[in-house]
Amino acid sequence: MSHLRVDLRQRAEELVALYPRPRSAMLPLLHLVQEQDGYVSPEGIDEVAELTGTTPADVRGTASFYDMFHLEPVGRYLVGVCTNIACLLAGGEELLAHAAGRLDCAVGSTTDDGLFTLEETECLADCGHAPCVTVNHRYVRTTTPEAFDAMIDEVRQGRRDREIPDHGTLVRVRRNGGLRVPDEVVVAERAAAKAARARRLEEAG
Amino acid sequence: MAVLDAPRIVTSRLAFEDSHTLARYLATGGYQALRKALSMHPEQVAAEVDQASLLGRGGAGFPAGRKWSMLRPSEVAYLVVNGDESEPATFKDHLLVEHDPHQLVEGVIIAAYALQVNRAFIYLRGEFALGLERVQTALNEAYDHGALGRDVFGSGFSLDVVVHPGAGAYICGEETALLEGLEGKRGFPRIKPPFFPAAQGLYGEPTVVNNVETMSNLPWIVLNGGAAFAALGAGRSTGTRLFALAGRVNRPGVYEVEMVKNTFRDLIYDPALGGGVPGDRPVKAFIPGGVSAPWFGPDQLDLPLGQDEVGAQGSMLGSGSVVVLDDTSCAVRAAWRITKFFSRESCGQCTPCREGSGWIERAMYRLEHGGGRVEDLDLLLDLCDNIAPGLTWPPQQTTICVLGSSIPSSVHAAIEMFKDEFLAHVESQGCPFD
Repeated sequence: MSHLRVDLRQRAEELVALYPRPRSAMLPLLHLVQEQDGYVSPEGIDEVAELTGTTPADVRGTASFYDMFHLEPVGRYLVGVCTNIACLLAGGEELLAHAAGRLDCAVGSTTDDGLFTLEETECLADCGHAPCVTVNHRYVRTTTPEAFDAMIDEVRQGRRDREIPDHGTLVRVRRNGGLRVPDEVVVAERAAAKAARARRLEEAG
Repeated sequence: MAVLDAPRIVTSRLAFEDSHTLARYLATGGYQALRKALSMHPEQVAAEVDQASLLGRGGAGFPAGRKWSMLRPSEVAYLVVNGDESEPATFKDHLLVEHDPHQLVEGVIIAAYALQVNRAFIYLRGEFALGLERVQTALNEAYDHGALGRDVFGSGFSLDVVVHPGAGAYICGEETALLEGLEGKRGFPRIKPPFFPAAQGLYGEPTVVNNVETMSNLPWIVLNGGAAFAALGAGRSTGTRLFALAGRVNRPGVYEVEMVKNTFRDLIYDPALGGGVPGDRPVKAFIPGGVSAPWFGPDQLDLPLGQDEVGAQGSMLGSGSVVVLDDTSCAVRAAWRITKFFSRESCGQCTPCREGSGWIERAMYRLEHGGGRVEDLDLLLDLCDNIAPGLTWPPQQTTICVLGSSIPSSVHAAIEMFKDEFLAHVESQGCPFD
């Protein structure tokens, strides 16, 4: 019995098939678990282990290395405020403190209603709009306390849900194509193309 | 005044609202370079890139053409694009990925053809949610357009490209750690030798790893020729380059300028670029190439934006990020925050990096927040020396990868340049800027 929903299980199997080795799908699969459960759940870990031919301990050990994977439930909206160098020079620490006050939760924790989790982040590569703020990894570009408050109100009312999906949903665009040709065929094609080029070169003198 | 007459090689479409769409890409000459490349021999394409003398735009600045030439002949080889842009204050690839994904995709196809590899992976940091969607959309469109998949544009060349999302780890920008991430493992940099993935990369097979901006230059190079690219810039630093300008400037942003022809002063002060420092305050220091680079002072503002020019002065152009500190910025706080970053991002494999970064961070923290001691300065320099013996440039390495040897850059530079400020922190038992 699959823990992943039918549609996500199908996507998971497609992901595994994309790579020469199943284990390579580890990070995309963990994102998929997070998309369904909002965090990397124990049941999801078991399923990723099965899909990648590894063990749950191995999956957990890998997931715990990466900041974006949450091994415990987080809020529906993950609010990240950067305080790294460019944001530090633009008041990132002050904005983070403001965010903690506005959301009434300590940095690294979740609001009582389970709606928001606040994180201090490292550089998110959007330093032209410092301090950088993201919600569920979408750049919201609210650089002032006022803009931050207005954004939080909109998110709370669900007015940004089209732009900001629930936590865990990373990529909403499905892959449409792919070679999916066995390596042997590709190798044979390459050899043939190489021979043809050599012939052309020879003919050209 | 800045010299701004060079062609825009990678940012030519950014003025368009729909710069990320296939329609706009085709309307502005998109995929013509690929058609031209496919009419050439793969070796000729590689020769053009070699002639362009295109230095890798990720941070190390290794010539792309030479990297390609090192690819070990093998039945199976891979091309991997490094889009894990995580060096603090570097945000140029972010722009290219979101706003011109087709240019990146076309560059990838051209490179794959030149290298004769049939599988490529674009590794993007997981935080680029929109970028991941934009690149996947571009790939979907490229498949439909016949530019990807079986028999690209009827040439007999086949290529499959997969977008791989990272999941939040600075270290995965290191190419061997990135390959580990792509193999579904923790991002632990691999022990060297082998030094280059071109010999032993993804799944142990020969692999070329190139940066997003490096790839994005390829369509222009193929269309205009390597010589035209090499004619821009000077010395080894050819073409244009994206500079991500941040910190205390009026107009932070990403600017494409010709290499070497402009100086840091141009970048920071030109009205079309950084537009100067807020309130016309003086520049106190600047970081010339990402937080792994040693800092420069105002007397180095007139240094040209060139790889060797900056290298000769004891720092690096690195990832193309320039961070400006003015006289209201606390050097101790800046260096502390950078060390905190390294401490959080150290993968933990090597003792000097794992322990050293945390130790330095704690000493810097107490200096900045009260509790600092005069002897902390010697302690800090000693710790730095243990991570990168001799504190030379380029640094000596005691760790598997260069994250370790990057840790001392900021702290060492800050102590050298602003010792009085450190002592003032001890004196006042806290930050005088607060």
